[in-house]
Amino acid sequence: MLKIKNLYASVDGQEILKGINLEIKPGEVHAIMGPNGSGKSTLANVLAGKQEYEVTAGEVTFLGENLLDKAPETRAKDGLFLSFQYPVEIPGVPMANFIKTAVNEHRVHRGEKELTAGQFLKLMREKMELVEMKTKLTNRSVNEGFSGGEKKKNEIFQMAMLEPKLAILDETDSGLDIDALRTVANGVNALKSPETSSIVITHYQRLLDYIVPDFVHILYHGKIVKTAGKELALELEEKGYDWIKSEKGN
Amino acid sequence: MERKVEMEEQNKLLNDVTQADYKYGFVTDIETDIIEKGLNEDIIRLISKKKGEPEFMLNFRLAAFKKWEKMEMPDWAYLKIPPIDLQSISYYAAPKKQPKYESLDEVDPELLDTFNKLGIPVEEQKHLAGVAVDVVMDSVSVKTTFKETLAEKGIIFCSFSEAVKEHPELVKKYLGKAVPVSDNYFAALNSAVFSDGSFCYIPKGVRCPMELSTYFRINAANTGQFERTLIVADDDSYVSYLEGCTAPMRDENQLHAAVVEIITMDRAEVKYSTVQNWYPGNKEGVGGIYNFVTKRGVCRGVSSKISWTQVETGSAITWKYPSCILLGDNSVGEFNSVALTNNFQQADTGSKMIHIGKNTKSTIISKGISAGRSDNSYRGLVKVMPGAKNSRNFSQCDSLLLNDTCGAHTFPYIDVRNKSSIVEHEATTSKIGEDQIFYCNQRGIDTETAIGMIVNGYAKEVLNKLPMEFAVEAQKLLQLSLEGSVG
Ligand SMILES: Nc1ncnc2c1ncn2[C@@H]1O[C@H](COP(=O)(O)OP(=O)(O)O)[C@@H](O)[C@H]1O
Ligand SMILES: [Mg+2]
Repeated sequence: MLKIKNLYASVDGQEILKGINLEIKPGEVHAIMGPNGSGKSTLANVLAGKQEYEVTAGEVTFLGENLLDKAPETRAKDGLFLSFQYPVEIPGVPMANFIKTAVNEHRVHRGEKELTAGQFLKLMREKMELVEMKTKLTNRSVNEGFSGGEKKKNEIFQMAMLEPKLAILDETDSGLDIDALRTVANGVNALKSPETSSIVITHYQRLLDYIVPDFVHILYHGKIVKTAGKELALELEEKGYDWIKSEKGN
Repeated sequence: MERKVEMEEQNKLLNDVTQADYKYGFVTDIETDIIEKGLNEDIIRLISKKKGEPEFMLNFRLAAFKKWEKMEMPDWAYLKIPPIDLQSISYYAAPKKQPKYESLDEVDPELLDTFNKLGIPVEEQKHLAGVAVDVVMDSVSVKTTFKETLAEKGIIFCSFSEAVKEHPELVKKYLGKAVPVSDNYFAALNSAVFSDGSFCYIPKGVRCPMELSTYFRINAANTGQFERTLIVADDDSYVSYLEGCTAPMRDENQLHAAVVEIITMDRAEVKYSTVQNWYPGNKEGVGGIYNFVTKRGVCRGVSSKISWTQVETGSAITWKYPSCILLGDNSVGEFNSVALTNNFQQADTGSKMIHIGKNTKSTIISKGISAGRSDNSYRGLVKVMPGAKNSRNFSQCDSLLLNDTCGAHTFPYIDVRNKSSIVEHEATTSKIGEDQIFYCNQRGIDTETAIGMIVNGYAKEVLNKLPMEFAVEAQKLLQLSLEGSVG
């Protein structure tokens, strides 16, 4: 699904990612943990193709193709989805129109017909139910005036609408109460299949109780410094990151 | 010398072709009547004579011309205006009624592409591009139906020339009452030489049963360089009027100086919407129309209302300040504007609200969008006279910048002369967010579409005030006008 080889990336001339190696196979769930500022969001943004992040070395293939050559919208339509840590607001653009445009762009890309209004509404209702999203949110402007929790639910709703092959969830759990967390996790799990994979970026074990990872990686100072099974998350929860820091002498 | 011969031959050829068309009966009445270039009193008399106008019209024109001669072109706007030689213009050319093409296949494919992107129906595309209209789909009969419906209600809606002939008493009563001939340089020029335009009268107690846009779009093409519109709404009447077109409008005349006057009597309401998409010049800033427009409404009657809604995407230079004079007590003025400039376009536009009557209210919503190397200015005046007790104004002027090379400027003037009135002004300037664009990209939406969406979202408050069918077209228009502006 995704192969990252020796990836280096900078922003404003400052090197943030310093040689990331990671392979994700279909059906796998990978958790990435690590202290603030270690480069988790940077990795997510680089994969999604955000312009200000400059890849200085390394290779990434997604579904066997070179990912880094592609425009961000092409990566998205190829099946890469990013649930943003901080979803942006777009005033005046109704959520329903926004996601309809997105869904149809995806369909056209796959050589399918655009959805009719009726088909779209049906799909939207179904997916909103999945994340227990209130109807009125889709009539409002994209993320405008949404609470923190509503924004995160909205990300998962969009993911459900777009049915990506690889979903990157960047701290989708932060700011959620336990009920919302469960809803979001259920939404994510409902979309799981042997053909789809996800990268779950989080600080907390609690999300991983619901979305059980096959691997847990610790990202620290732009490098993956430790990889293990789901028990690593528990260990981190217990001991914090200090032992990593001292182990790495920084 | 050789060139001259060549030209003559071309002209002859052209003539032959037109004559041939004539033979097939496309048009029964081709006038190719153009008077010599230049502007002086004799020319004014000649125009009036050619149009067969009554004396009061000639006097109106002459009075305007006398004022104009003593006026100077205004230079206070935030515009760089190249010199315009007004003596090199011919001020009278009988309208050409000749269809330019026989079928859409002959029309510039790029133009058709734009029509399609705007969602303009095929029959209307033909009309706009100057293609002969099918006999089957007879737009004349559609027009006749409109005319009958309007006539039943006593509504007068016709060309200005027709109004001068058929309803001279109304024209005489209201012409120049909102925009006096001496109002400004361009208004005076228009008053002296205006070619034609539209006249609309809604009688007492009548609600016009249709958007006059529908009629207008089928009716009006080649409205000319100096257009004149007069709309009068008598007591307790209502009309929604739409001028202009989302389709790109080209014209060999560089200077356009139109005048629009609106007068509302007691409790009458006029909703006036414009979409202006004159040729803006090419990407290097060469060519394009200079648009100097004077639009003013007078709320003469008590509790009357005038609202201006405009979407401006065209012209190389736009100079335009639709205004309301709130004379009647409790009268209401509104100005809603989206002005988009791209490449080397310049726009200086805004509104004036003059409060004279008691309890008068006005609202100004201006949304500027600048891209390319363009300059976009809002200029507004809110004036509250001593007698306009308890009056209110709210102005909101937002500017959206699409890059670092364009400019947005705001020039609000506020003059309040009594203590019981409240005037509020809010202004914001923002740059389109990279993060917003990336968010859209990440959902599979390309940057151009994303910018279109974001800009439309930004302008939504104003677009919502347009008649439904035009709101949709205007949305597409904003998107189209920004094509290639990304980055
Ligand atoms: N757009 C940016 N501009 C400048 N610095 C950035 C930007 N994005 C991230 N950084 C810097 O890169 C480092 C890693 O940030 P980030 O990837 O957000 O970490 P994490 O998500 O692990 O908390 C931080 O030092 C942060 O300040
Ligand atoms: Mg982060």
